[in-house]
Amino acid sequence: MTATYEKIATTTLSSTASSVAFTSISGSYTDLVLVISAKTSSGPADLLMRVNGDDNNNYGQTNLYGTGSAAASSRLTNRSVFYCNLVAYPSNNNNSNHIVQLQNYSNTTTYKTFLSRANNAGVGTDAIVGTWRSTSAITSLTFFADATTFASSSIFTIYGIKAE
Amino acid sequence: MSLILGILDSGGAAAGAGGSYESIATVTVGSGGASDVTFNSIPATYSHLQIRYIAQSAGYGRIQFNSNTTGSNYYSHYLSGIGANPVQAGELPGSTYSSIVWTVQSFSTTANTFNAGIIDILDYTSTNKNKTVRILQGVDKNGSGDIGLDSGLYSATPAAITSIKLFPHASNTWLQYSSFALYGIKGS
Repeated sequence: MTATYEKIATTTLSSTASSVAFTSISGSYTDLVLVISAKTSSGPADLLMRVNGDDNNNYGQTNLYGTGSAAASSRLTNRSVFYCNLVAYPSNNNNSNHIVQLQNYSNTTTYKTFLSRANNAGVGTDAIVGTWRSTSAITSLTFFADATTFASSSIFTIYGIKAE
Repeated sequence: MSLILGILDSGGAAAGAGGSYESIATVTVGSGGASDVTFNSIPATYSHLQIRYIAQSAGYGRIQFNSNTTGSNYYSHYLSGIGANPVQAGELPGSTYSSIVWTVQSFSTTANTFNAGIIDILDYTSTNKNKTVRILQGVDKNGSGDIGLDSGLYSATPAAITSIKLFPHASNTWLQYSSFALYGIKGS
């Protein structure tokens, strides 16, 4: 047995940024885990993730969320991006935190399934499953805030988990 | 499909090499499918266990520990979003299932589309308390699917968990490319 949960890279913003990308992701792990604390420079905005630069309508997701007054479920189909949150979005007032799990990201035989948990104590909490309908290995991930930018101090970390 | 672990004398060295999260074993299902995936001879050298998987099957998932099939030793609850309201919630008594049950809303046999999940088994070596399992799992099929939070109880006379059997309900099988990886998390 070997130590198998490793940090691959961290990006801490020192100024606003329209996106944060992890590129040339090694295929030597089994799963990827993204841990994100995000804040926007202007108002609330969804945290979006794009895989391998694919902006075709290859993303779908099923959402479970609570707003403080109700629990609900919804679905998005044929989207050009994965929404890492439904209601627990980052804003310029509150950081949201997100943990996105990408299972078996480097295989070339299955579509890729994501699990996302998002939290913003000011607005709600999400559990989301998404699928990227491609059998390609994931080699890059790009995060951006819908229609605004990330504020400085937002932190994005990617970890790799290696199964034996 | 059963995996027998050998003598795990490298655990201390691995932990010393800088990790508290270690891979114990992985099973990937071949072309013939598998009626179950079982991890045996799990070492007691960790504080918690985690199973990370992708899987396809026509039946929802079940878990048994230490080959124990006594129904009264298990209980399960789930909270699921199925893409529409209302949110689904329910309990699954061990008297019916003789196991912890998960993915009760939706698994997948859709081409290339796999349920993904993370199963946490906390304090699995305790000999003085029942075992609690938590699961985050889901599958999206671009128009159907579910996201679920599941919990399970194993309340047999407290003993360390040394084996875990993961199997689909009702004689279904895990389909090809299903993959289950067992990890150990050290507490000190």
